Amino acid sequence: MAMSRDEILQQVQEVLVDALGVDDDEVTVTATLMGDLGAESIDFLDIVFRLEKAFGIKIPRDELFPAETLMTDAELIHNGKLTEKGLAELRKRMPHTNLTEFEKNPDINKMADLFTVNAIVNYVETKLNKG
Amino acid sequence: MGGKPRRFPKIPIFHHSIIPSFMRWIWIDKFVEFDSGKRAVALKNVTLAEEHLHDHFPGFPVMPECLLIEAMAQTAGILVGEAARFQEKVILAKIRKAVFLDYVKPGDTLLLEAHLESLAPEAASTNGKITRAGKLIAEIDLMFSHIDQNLAGKEFPAENFVFGAGTSVFDSLLRGVLAETVAKSEHA
Repeated sequence: MAMSRDEILQQVQEVLVDALGVDDDEVTVTATLMGDLGAESIDFLDIVFRLEKAFGIKIPRDELFPAETLMTDAELIHNGKLTEKGLAELRKRMPHTNLTEFEKNPDINKMADLFTVNAIVNYVETKLNKG
Repeated sequence: MGGKPRRFPKIPIFHHSIIPSFMRWIWIDKFVEFDSGKRAVALKNVTLAEEHLHDHFPGFPVMPECLLIEAMAQTAGILVGEAARFQEKVILAKIRKAVFLDYVKPGDTLLLEAHLESLAPEAASTNGKITRAGKLIAEIDLMFSHIDQNLAGKEFPAENFVFGAGTSVFDSLLRGVLAETVAKSEHA
């Protein structure tokens, strides 16, 4: 039985409330994981583990939050910004995320803002439909 | 204690190791069950000979809850370490959940049961329960990091980790319940 987008959102909200110790009303669709919900590095793995369990899916390393591997490649980053090649790579790796705003100023410090509740819902939805 | 259980939902910390370097501080007495990569049960006897109970609190000795977390971190940490045949440096990275339902007092025998929930190359998560004579005392869920797989490849000295050389005290914890696995890793 396919899950509706609302059902997915509700489960994702539950996962984030448990993983980050935030209140349900803080977990809005547009909330960013780091800026708004205070996630730190280990929390991302915690979230991945909890999503795998909640939805019965397998999330390969770096598929949902691919920033780390991009950051260490000199070809993809220049002067603290993503290069054209870096942006292309990011688009390929994060099809579940809207990058329009970010592309105007692809500052790596702003990459954290790409990790939103909505991006997780998109990711899970694609993953479930594929399965 | 009664009332609503206290809950500390988010305390991400980077402990230097599960067990401090050189001291090899062991806070559980032995393992009574060990199902590699799945589940481990350790036992701890609480005694008034432990000095922390003299001050916590004078005239009313109860085991501090942070030390209950430490006991679970050692139980679950060894379960996680053994799952990778002690080839990874395992540190406590996050307390995912810690709920305490009763006081632990001198003379109590605690059973610490840890389940390996998820295991990835860079980290692991565990669920744990502490009981005394079948009564639930605490629920403690943890996350561990395999630090050599993290922090941009920074390497950490082996002597800070309990799974390294000279851990005879630690080996004794597993003797009997995990004789075969320990022997295998020694010959690896």
